[in-house]
Amino acid sequence: MREVMTTSMARNIFYGGSIFFVLIFLGLSVHSHIYIVNTSTASMPLTESVVRGKRIWEEHACVNCHSLHGEGAYFAPEVGNVMTRWGVIDKPKEAFETLKGWMEAQPSRIPGRRQMPGYKLTDEQIRDLSNFLIWADKTDTKGWPPNNAG
Amino acid sequence: MKYESQKIAYAYFLAAMILFVVQVSGGLLAGWIYVAPNTLSEVLPFNVVRMLHTNSLIVWLLLGFFGAAYFLIPEESGREIHSPAIAYYQLAILVLGTLGVVVTYVFDLFQGNFLLGKDGREFLEQPLWVKIGIVVAALMFLYNVSMTVLAGKKTAITNVLLIGLWGIALLFLFAFYNPANLSLDKMYWWYVVHLWVEGVWELVMAAILAYLMLKLTGVDREVVEKWLYVIVGTSLFTGILGTGHHYYWIGAPGYWQWIGSIFSTLEIVPFFLMMVFSFVMVWKGRRDHPNKAALLWSLGTTTLAFFGAGVWGFLHTLHGVNYYTHGTQITAAHGHLAFFGAYVSLNLAIFTYAFPIMRNRDPYNQVLNMASFWLMSGGMAFMTFVLTFAGTIQTHLQRVMGQNYMEVQDQLVLFYYMRFGAGIAVVLGAILFVYAILVPQREAIEPGKRDVLSPAE
Repeated sequence: MREVMTTSMARNIFYGGSIFFVLIFLGLSVHSHIYIVNTSTASMPLTESVVRGKRIWEEHACVNCHSLHGEGAYFAPEVGNVMTRWGVIDKPKEAFETLKGWMEAQPSRIPGRRQMPGYKLTDEQIRDLSNFLIWADKTDTKGWPPNNAG
Repeated sequence: MKYESQKIAYAYFLAAMILFVVQVSGGLLAGWIYVAPNTLSEVLPFNVVRMLHTNSLIVWLLLGFFGAAYFLIPEESGREIHSPAIAYYQLAILVLGTLGVVVTYVFDLFQGNFLLGKDGREFLEQPLWVKIGIVVAALMFLYNVSMTVLAGKKTAITNVLLIGLWGIALLFLFAFYNPANLSLDKMYWWYVVHLWVEGVWELVMAAILAYLMLKLTGVDREVVEKWLYVIVGTSLFTGILGTGHHYYWIGAPGYWQWIGSIFSTLEIVPFFLMMVFSFVMVWKGRRDHPNKAALLWSLGTTTLAFFGAGVWGFLHTLHGVNYYTHGTQITAAHGHLAFFGAYVSLNLAIFTYAFPIMRNRDPYNQVLNMASFWLMSGGMAFMTFVLTFAGTIQTHLQRVMGQNYMEVQDQLVLFYYMRFGAGIAVVLGAILFVYAILVPQREAIEPGKRDVLSPAE
């Protein structure tokens, strides 16, 4: 490699190239930020309830069993499309009731079944979580997941 | 050991090795829960076990990086570390934070408290007070090593290492930004997660690797430095826009599918170069360094990183493929071999190299250490294969055929048993490694005497 370039050339290419790619990345990030706010997540307003629901999702570390838009742990089903899977995406009241029924049946204690902890959530909290999952489900994720199974 | 303050690394490496054993034990427990799901389900649920597994991994790797920096910077800069006291306070903060995290997770303390409760974004679950502690510790560290480097000789190795470490600290600041919009949250979350492991961590890795090659093979610094800049150049040229491969399905614009596919495919290049670099240096090197175990780990890390991060990463990075494999056991397979190959093995390489020097004795016990390499690497390779098979079946049944998640999981149990078996090998290897580093006083098998050939022969 001695013939091709010197160490200081290699160093300058590293610096210059990195700055170049950082700038492109930042530019695309700005555009993506605007696109996410105005386009891909704009079909449903980001209400107070949705924001509280996201916090409940975080406080219970749900992502360390479930995946959401495919990210998280792979121990439990995908929930980015759970409201579609349950057929309640456009029925907030039924979504709440279905989620409440599910949450309150945990843990199942069936031998050989993966166990979900029994979280003691109030109706208000379950409603918030339900609204958050509906909101997430309505995001334009470019057609992912391929089917309802998630 | 030329400089007294290199000894700081000893405490860092010890703390790292303790957490390493905790990490793999947590992994083994998580693997057992996959095959016997009722285990501890109401005492220590799976999500808590997984947080301990992933968080302890990240912390011990960082402790290893910090320790490595404290070990190699005095030698490179030709002077003692600016302030050993700050280095030990920094370690104390990190250890306190780690203990706080473990207690908070296991007993689920302060749930919902913004300062004391866990934060719940994947890998960034640490309570806010711990995150602040991490930033304080990082600032102390950067101040300490930057002052040392600025006052001493500047080499390509310290230069790249410092850029990498500053990058780690700056990108971590995005951990404090949690937008209410989930898609925005995910976009900036990757600023920490992706730009760490597929960006600035590669700089740290390449710098430490270059140092090891310099010491172990005796190749000219000039040659090593040029390789180093070429490697880290390709890391950032591909890795920064390679972030796009995480933006396919989270609500980001469609152009990321092409940008992500192209650049993340090229992310294999720096790992290929690191592998070529290490083998070429050993081939060209004139030095017959007595620490063969460190050499094995050095060659092992580049090879396993090439397969784990490079090949297994490419396996599911094209958006047309990722549409079906995203979030399946394929991802788990890649994650395990990538982290083990690139960052675990690299840390174990520098531990293996540095410990005998810090303890001022021959590199005991190399045979056991090398056995631990094969045990851990073999276990991890096996785990990667079985998870890849599990992921392939999962992708077909769930994503193509549309079968329900749990129905599919029930058909993968055989693979989860094999993964648990592989996990036992990894844990035994990890314990054997720690034992080989710390305990034995003499070599198990005497090395053979080498014939010295004169140039005329």
